[in-house]
Amino acid sequence: MLREALLIARKDLRVEWRSKVTLGHVAPLALLILVVFAFAFDANARLLELGAGGLYWVAVLFGGTLLIQRAFDVETEDGNFDAFRMSAIGAPSLFLGKSLGVFFQVVLLELVLVPGVVLLYNVRIENWVLLLAAAVGGTLAFSVCGVLWGAMAAGLRVRATLLPLLLVPVLAPVLLAGSRAFDTALGVRAEAGWTWTSLMFVIAAVHTAIGLGTFGFLLEEG
Amino acid sequence: MSTVVKFHKVVAVAGGFPVLAGLDIEIAKGEIVHLRGSNGAGKTSFMRVCAGLIPISDGDANVLGFDMRDDRRSPRRHIGLLGHDNHLYKDLWVQEHVEFRAAATGAEAGDAGAALRRVGLSDRLWSVPIERLSAGQRRRVAIASMLVGRPQLWLLDEPHAALDDEGRGLLDEILVEAASSGATVVFASHERDLSKSVATRVVTLRGGRLMEDSGAA
Repeated sequence: MLREALLIARKDLRVEWRSKVTLGHVAPLALLILVVFAFAFDANARLLELGAGGLYWVAVLFGGTLLIQRAFDVETEDGNFDAFRMSAIGAPSLFLGKSLGVFFQVVLLELVLVPGVVLLYNVRIENWVLLLAAAVGGTLAFSVCGVLWGAMAAGLRVRATLLPLLLVPVLAPVLLAGSRAFDTALGVRAEAGWTWTSLMFVIAAVHTAIGLGTFGFLLEEG
Repeated sequence: MSTVVKFHKVVAVAGGFPVLAGLDIEIAKGEIVHLRGSNGAGKTSFMRVCAGLIPISDGDANVLGFDMRDDRRSPRRHIGLLGHDNHLYKDLWVQEHVEFRAAATGAEAGDAGAALRRVGLSDRLWSVPIERLSAGQRRRVAIASMLVGRPQLWLLDEPHAALDDEGRGLLDEILVEAASSGATVVFASHERDLSKSVATRVVTLRGGRLMEDSGAA
């Protein structure tokens, strides 16, 4: 299963490397969102500092949703899902592979956003380990939830508008936990950062289990 | 000669519409079957039912020894399907794509080169993004992607579409080779001349039922 998952992830990352969608389109858009918030809260620098964690995850949500949409567009645009159904690759491998591909693309996005937050919102990273763990946990949760719900919307003609509608409520706990953990890591609020980080890993684990169990059904019925 | 596809009064529904309405047909190993029929006759649906992509609602269907009522997934890995879509990743290079398909079907990556040569795609095109290819060249990549998996049952929907004369001749050769090496080929096409060139049998569908059958050659 791991070999097949890596095959899918490698293919998705290669498609991304050739198309440059993450770095060329999505990352600039996410950075623009950070800039817009910086302008919106310019009059109250303290408010911007306090909200830095939340605004970071809002930018990840916007950019990441586009990446998930893209991850399924490349499969649906020329009937590639049929090719998957006809191949020897199992649905759980496909789920893991797609999640892994999205994970690395969102990590790339975050590598652009973290310096953006530090520079634009004038915050300092107080706890690097917590920040890293929260980013990994939140990105994992985001990736597996996104791929699971992305597959549900993939077969529908209205998927472009439906996916964010499905995804935002599902990802609300991740956004909340990520914001709280980042607040602690950035030293703007004394929260139980590690508890919130653990919650994101739990959400990721639960959705991974659901995805492994149901992705075959979603693929067939999509 | 063993039977590869055996349908008995098969009914299949897709999107609430009956696409096969009691189809009876048997196809033996090594046959090259030309499926004919007007638009909406059920040619594409027949192939998708054979591939297990559309479930059957009634009747009995057996493909490559698998009962399609109980298990429509297992035969898939032995079937090559080329539909109206080419199933291509347009951002990938030609060779990358075929190597990926080879790996996904459990074939060796090295087989990709042989498949690309067989469909007449020269080496200089292997490192070109698929989106830059012409429609005919894309069709050749799609055929190579299917060829690399060495399927036992080939299901091709208008496979000659977009191909030039040389490409059509090449595809016909490939189909005959596949059949002579033990594979079974079913292709849908509106072109009558193809029956004379490669098909060993011509089957006409209408309204999801069998209307005419030239019988096995």
